[in-house]
Amino acid sequence: MSSEKARWTGSEAMRDGSTGFLTTRLEQFISWGRKNALWPLPFGTSCCGIEMMSTLAADYDISRFGAEVVRFSPRQSDLLIVAGMVNLKMAPVLRTIYDQMSEPKWVISMGSCASSGNGLFDSYCVLKGIDTVVPVDVYVPGCPPNPENLLHGLLSLQEKISRGDTHAQRRQRV
Amino acid sequence: MPMTDTIHKSALDRDPDDLWEDSRAIVNIGPTHPAMHGAFRLVAKLNGETIEKSYGEFGYTHRAKEKMGENRTYHQYIVYTDRMNYVSAMINNTVYAMAVERLMGIEVPERTIWIRMICSEMSRVIDHLVCVGINAVDIGAFSYFLYGFHEREEAYTLIERLCGARLTTSFTRIGGLMADAPEGWEKDVKAWVKRTRKTIDEMDRLLTMNRIWQKRTVGVGVITKEQCIEYGFSGPNARGSGIDIDLRRDQPCMFYKDVEFDVPYATEGDIFSRYLVRIEEIRQSLNIITQCADRIKPGPIWCEDKRVRIPDKDVVYNTMEGLIYHFKFFMTGFEVPAGEAYTQFEAANGEFGFYIVSKGSSKAHRMRVRGPSFWHFQALPLMVRGLKIADMVATFGSINVIAGEIDR
Amino acid sequence: MEITDIRNFVPTTFGDWVPKFGELWKTQISALRHRFGENIQETRMPPDYPTDVPIIYVKKESILNVLSFMKTDSTFEYNFLSDLTATDESIEPRFELVYNLFSTTKLVRIRLKVRLRDGEEAPTATAIWPGANWSEREVFDMFGIRFAGHPDLRRILMDIRYVGHPLRKDFPLKGYQIFTEPELADPALLEE
Repeated sequence: MSSEKARWTGSEAMRDGSTGFLTTRLEQFISWGRKNALWPLPFGTSCCGIEMMSTLAADYDISRFGAEVVRFSPRQSDLLIVAGMVNLKMAPVLRTIYDQMSEPKWVISMGSCASSGNGLFDSYCVLKGIDTVVPVDVYVPGCPPNPENLLHGLLSLQEKISRGDTHAQRRQRV
Repeated sequence: MPMTDTIHKSALDRDPDDLWEDSRAIVNIGPTHPAMHGAFRLVAKLNGETIEKSYGEFGYTHRAKEKMGENRTYHQYIVYTDRMNYVSAMINNTVYAMAVERLMGIEVPERTIWIRMICSEMSRVIDHLVCVGINAVDIGAFSYFLYGFHEREEAYTLIERLCGARLTTSFTRIGGLMADAPEGWEKDVKAWVKRTRKTIDEMDRLLTMNRIWQKRTVGVGVITKEQCIEYGFSGPNARGSGIDIDLRRDQPCMFYKDVEFDVPYATEGDIFSRYLVRIEEIRQSLNIITQCADRIKPGPIWCEDKRVRIPDKDVVYNTMEGLIYHFKFFMTGFEVPAGEAYTQFEAANGEFGFYIVSKGSSKAHRMRVRGPSFWHFQALPLMVRGLKIADMVATFGSINVIAGEIDR
Repeated sequence: MEITDIRNFVPTTFGDWVPKFGELWKTQISALRHRFGENIQETRMPPDYPTDVPIIYVKKESILNVLSFMKTDSTFEYNFLSDLTATDESIEPRFELVYNLFSTTKLVRIRLKVRLRDGEEAPTATAIWPGANWSEREVFDMFGIRFAGHPDLRRILMDIRYVGHPLRKDFPLKGYQIFTEPELADPALLEE
């Protein structure tokens, strides 16, 4: 809460001592608009896809946080939620989809299979984490994560966007 | 090679009767597609919007579970089983426990069997709710999906009270269960059954006599009775075409001989018949759950066979044998005597089986999983030949393919 | 302490199969031996051997005749192919092809096995059951057993460009091959 106040009064320091990256009011306003209207692309491959469906359904409503418009086309979405395991056959497909999205784009890696390959499936065909293929902003742990976990991940991503701390925003500043 | 490939003849060579001769588009309905539940691919040759020929592909979620079965002990393999048909995870756990117990000749107590039956039937209900819900979403009826999902969330809450996890439960153990059902769990299950019955009646009223639903699903995606046997169909997909086989009634295991239930089947073999069969099966499963919840009695849940009995925590901490046995059990695993068996059960999608070959060691020699969706997906190009893409989407939803079962 | 294994038939896990179907199985096996003679190499019956259903070892050359006979003949009526898979024993002959059959009319199961050496080709069962198509492709992908006469023998679970057969006993569990381009669609498969 007080970090919120610090930003809008123009002071750079936040409560925990870290500084934000957004310097102008315009950038802060744009990132406020972006974070509250994320359009997810559910890249659901396995079990985490079911928990993502639960998050999109009525009980744990993701549209409360603005991410209601689910678009399955990479040209029309900006948040790639990779839910489930990515293996060797699927990795080039993931990279193609990521490349087809337009800037700015964010990636949430949902579940332990996408974040790290999941110690259970330590075999010849599982990719040890999607961050070997795409840059990831938020990792949501769990096998599968609770819908509340995924919502916490989404809120963390929103906070990162409002600070200007994500890969997409860094690419824009360079 | 580009993804779409259209070949046009020049205007001079065109046959005046068939303006579109030889201009077929090859379209890749690829691994990330909302209608391909999970990650499947259908490559289709289209004539306008009609599918002339297609072939299916999978393997995008292959996790090498059969190879894992040869490198993990039987107890460690339990967690892999619930990630197979992840929509109804308890059924997989039950079948695996039955398969290994059969190889070892173990008999589990009555209370365990009743709890396993309740969990299997609950998983069957939630699987069917997902299937018809997603089928409806693909065709356009979104709020139908939300009704079903609310009851699923209630079921998940009950499962969470039982074993701590919503989806990947790993609830059964070889020779028993992870933990006993808490006080009053059966009463809450019966209350859930009552609410779900009302919800199913509401959902039924929404769609079954709906003219749009009937126009989209009657006569679409037909598979005949003979084709079902040739392609290895089982479960609601086969019962929708007139094959009256239900392994719970015809090859009973556990206490299915002692509960009363009907097995619905339809004869047309189209999407509408499969939908009706699933809705009626949900009702029958709710009956089974009520009967089981009435007959369950307090008692032990572990079989007292020394090979598989995981010692209780107070025994482990206070006695020397308990400690040593606990250590040995979890480090090296117990040995299953040599032999082989194919244990099957009527899962939500059909005949789900484990073919385990053991050579007497603590790890399996061959752990083969027979997933019913593997055989169902094979017949999809046959079922969609001559249909439009929108009909293909509806047909695919009605077959209920789950990626974890096919790719393992 | 008595060791129990699968021969301790428990009623809640299909323990009534041997008393119920024992006579039927014996009749069927003697009919098979009578008709096919030498081609039935070995049979293992429960409860003498630790298995759930009788296992019949058939010679590779006559497996298709046996399967189609068992599908149509009235004593057998095994019309449903439950499962087609293989196992890798590390002794010669190396592979065992396993057919799990089910009869939808008599509600009884049985198992057939074919012993194959490394590199030997097996005949395809797609003429008898079209549903065996993908199972045989999976056996080829995982073990490297080729099927003579199969309409479309390609890899199914792994990428087409993958090298090696994963479920063989000498294939390691870890370590993988990277593909940078996605697998493209093949229009040649859609020719009529």
